[in-house]
Amino acid sequence: MLKISTNPHMQTTRNTKSIMLDVIVALVPAIIASVLFFGADALRVILISITSCVFFEYLACRYWLKIKNSTTDYSAVITGILLAFNLPSTMPCWMIIIGSFMAIIVAKMCFGGIGCNIFNPALVGRVFLFISFPVQMTVWPNPHFLSLFSPDGATGATTLRMLKSMKTSGEISSDMYTIDELPSYLDMFLGNVGGCIGEISALALLLGLAYMLWRKVITWHIPFYYLATVLVMTSILYYTTGNTKFLPMAHLLSGGLMLGAIFMATDYTTSPMTIKGQIIFAICCGFLTVIIRSFSAYPEGVSFAILIMNAFVPLIDKYAVQRYYGEKK
Amino acid sequence: MTRKYTFSMGGIHPDKFKITSNCPIEDAGLPEMVYIPVKQHIGSSAKIMVNKGDKVKVGTLIADADGIVSSDVHSSVSGEVIKIEDVAGSTGYEEKMITIKVEGDEWEESIDRSDKIIKEINFTPEEIVKKIREAGIVGMGGAGYPTPIKTSLPEGKKADILIVNGIECEPFLTADDRLMVERAEQIIIGARIINKALGIQNAIIAIDENKPNAIATLTALCKLYIGVNVRVCKTKYPQGGEKQLIKAITGKELPSGKLPFDMGCVVQNVATVHAVYEAVMKNKPLFERIVTVSGDGIEYPSNYRVRVGTPISYLIDRAGGMNENVSKIILGGPMMGNAIVNHSAPTTKLTSGVLLFKEDKISKKEASACIRCGKCTQVCPAGLRPFAIKQAVVYSGPTDELRKLHAGDCIECGCCAYSCPANIPLLDYCKIAKQEIRKK
Amino acid sequence: MDNLILLNTLILGSIGLISALVLYLVSKKFMVETDETTVKIVEILPQANCGGCGKAGCADFATACAKADADVFANLYCPVGGQKVMQKIAEIKGFEVAQKAQTTAVLLCQGTCQNAPAKVVYEAVSSCRVANRISSGQSGCPDGCLRLGDCIKSCKFGALSLNEETGLPIIDSTKCVSCGACAKVCPRGLFEIRPVSQNGSIVYVACRNKQKGATARKNCKSACIACMKCSKINDSIKVENNISYIPADIDVEKFGSELAQNCPTGAIVYRENVRD
Repeated sequence: MLKISTNPHMQTTRNTKSIMLDVIVALVPAIIASVLFFGADALRVILISITSCVFFEYLACRYWLKIKNSTTDYSAVITGILLAFNLPSTMPCWMIIIGSFMAIIVAKMCFGGIGCNIFNPALVGRVFLFISFPVQMTVWPNPHFLSLFSPDGATGATTLRMLKSMKTSGEISSDMYTIDELPSYLDMFLGNVGGCIGEISALALLLGLAYMLWRKVITWHIPFYYLATVLVMTSILYYTTGNTKFLPMAHLLSGGLMLGAIFMATDYTTSPMTIKGQIIFAICCGFLTVIIRSFSAYPEGVSFAILIMNAFVPLIDKYAVQRYYGEKK
Repeated sequence: MTRKYTFSMGGIHPDKFKITSNCPIEDAGLPEMVYIPVKQHIGSSAKIMVNKGDKVKVGTLIADADGIVSSDVHSSVSGEVIKIEDVAGSTGYEEKMITIKVEGDEWEESIDRSDKIIKEINFTPEEIVKKIREAGIVGMGGAGYPTPIKTSLPEGKKADILIVNGIECEPFLTADDRLMVERAEQIIIGARIINKALGIQNAIIAIDENKPNAIATLTALCKLYIGVNVRVCKTKYPQGGEKQLIKAITGKELPSGKLPFDMGCVVQNVATVHAVYEAVMKNKPLFERIVTVSGDGIEYPSNYRVRVGTPISYLIDRAGGMNENVSKIILGGPMMGNAIVNHSAPTTKLTSGVLLFKEDKISKKEASACIRCGKCTQVCPAGLRPFAIKQAVVYSGPTDELRKLHAGDCIECGCCAYSCPANIPLLDYCKIAKQEIRKK
Repeated sequence: MDNLILLNTLILGSIGLISALVLYLVSKKFMVETDETTVKIVEILPQANCGGCGKAGCADFATACAKADADVFANLYCPVGGQKVMQKIAEIKGFEVAQKAQTTAVLLCQGTCQNAPAKVVYEAVSSCRVANRISSGQSGCPDGCLRLGDCIKSCKFGALSLNEETGLPIIDSTKCVSCGACAKVCPRGLFEIRPVSQNGSIVYVACRNKQKGATARKNCKSACIACMKCSKINDSIKVENNISYIPADIDVEKFGSELAQNCPTGAIVYRENVRD
């Protein structure tokens, strides 16, 4: 029997699943980096997070929404990895499971599953944990390169925490830091610093970015404009005030900025669809990140900045419309 | 490194599958019976000029243009008219067709059947247009717009460039490609004829860079003719679209609702230009064309010279017959062609290809949820937002909303549906939107 | 401390006062004058905003009613609210309301999966409007139901549902309000709003195929073949373009069952008690 259908009769071989797999491959360097610096603990956090995310999504599809099992598109795996990346390696297992529940059930499935959520699920999970368990969420074990477990269990401050309480001339206080105490830029770039397990190595994240650009999963606009905005703003603040807490390169390389700009802000569902919208979105994210990092009580602002901008995505989509063919602007 | 021309907005790069680009054009031969539709063009049907039982020759006028936007239809075979009635066409809908039983191959005496290339254009513009009209030439790229209208300048308009469309951006199709290789000189002279009719000095033959033979042949020949030049364009779909080609060549965008004449451009397909040459220089009406028969469901993919009205099933048999498991027969290219219901239907002046596909290759995949990747907006050559149009259609919003989304400007190229990773049939929704807009 | 409380109270109080003032002025400035009658009529209307009356929505219909004189009013009818609602509006306006016959939408096709089996597989978005454009449909009948259910999606009153077995929509005449949405959306115009007779019966030719009898029968067993038998029973029935049409004002009670029984292909449908 012949088939009739509308044109086009050809279709791309890319589908949701292959795109998600590409993102997972892009995340692999960062996973390796996290295991190299935090040992088996990092692997534990990642595995628990992935398992619980996939499990929650399966449960929601099967028993609650009664829709086709959507775990097969691997989006829950990505949420799991990204959530784990935003946690310190000492995070207790049950807290990770609570975070996964928030990410998958509340932030994703409550809105109708893949493609329908307004906020980035992994970030919702992280922010929920961050606000509920501030103590556990701000314990930063020191990196211990190539050893399976932390040899001394020592913890320290993240670069951003140091930047936040930078000593200015004249002040004397024991919990303040000087510029000399900051890790070197090379350490920051490679990931030999304290922090959440996935955010430490800028190099690994950039490798992931390169892979995603090569596979045309994302365009360069969001990461570039996000990072550029942060760099420009901190530079302006640094050179006008001279305050070392605005050290531009330190801001660029530390905290969740790279992770956020490359993997979180570029999430298809929660970012604008047109290039123009994406640029606006990225610049606003960068702006908010610097504002929160510099002037709020929190040392880190990436998750809040992206979540706030997520809420504006429908508005940006409505107004940042691309030019129609033949239309003059 | 010469500059490669292309359009800037959207576009995709589907696999080319130009498997027949080195197959010389063969004559498809004569079927037992031809079915010639009286409407093979945009506009009103032609008036039937023959009766049942009449004897016709190749090139005999069998239906006369009814009004300006209409076109003459000529017999493509010699023989006897045995039926004039509604016959199911390729879509399954009935069309008025003239059925002619083939007897021998006797041509009208006025047609010059020699191979000699005539280069001197000794006609006035009016004579040229008259000859084009009498030959029943229509835009052979697929639109079927009567060519005489496009070769006579409207009042107060001025044209300064003729673009000959040799892009053929659809995968699989090679009919235009072969024509450019084998009939290069005729095409160049055809372009000069149209130029003369419109009073234009410049003609540009635009060719995709994936047709090296055609580029080489035409570039060499163009040196002998003043005012005709070849431009190599970057391969990108849908570059063969009129608006996209104008942008690629002139750098100007045609605003919605405007005609190419408004920007001083005329775009003609290479096959049309070739037909113009034959009509003006050889008095040969348009009754045959080149058709690519290809796809993975056919034994011997080839390019054929086919008489208008030849049943599609005859062509399939000629190319070695259908493979097993053929699930789709497509008229035209795989991006914009129609999957047909009835393969005993005839080919027309507009049939550029017959493609047969097996089950696995071409069946549509199940649609999943939109992940808002924005690919559809990035590839749309008209700058539309197909996902937004889909939403508006699904939630049956007011027609004004569809109009605000410029859904009427959709050129139905299929880029959106091609590149959607969730396999959402976005183009179908755009088509519904267009219908809704037209309704009101 | 006391001062601080006082100051805060004053500041907040004045902010509130100013805001209230602004709100008041704005609402005065942008107030839309509404006619009292219109408001009353809007309250009565069913608020389905279906457009079945031919107006843009219920509010528009109410305005039209409010403005209408007796002659214009006679032509206004809310199919959803029906006679009851029109009666109430007429009371407000002080007009008499003419009795209108009950109506229902009917499907003018019997091309079920059994009568008109599919010859090709349709593989695109499940929409009649798309299918109609690319081909004559699965069964091959160029004027028959495409069995993809655009009408079902268009019905706002749940009167249409898909019969899985036949592929055709079923019309629940108890729910149908004759708004005409299905007739508008069907690309082949296969819906007709027909009056139901006093005893609740209805008769119509359920075929729109304009092909010649033999061709039509090839695609569908229950196609109208223009055999003229029905027009012999009642000469008000006209056969044009190879299809027969039973006028709406035919005496259903008298001819209905006879017409249906004598139709050789079963293209004429006679139903009793459609309103139950």
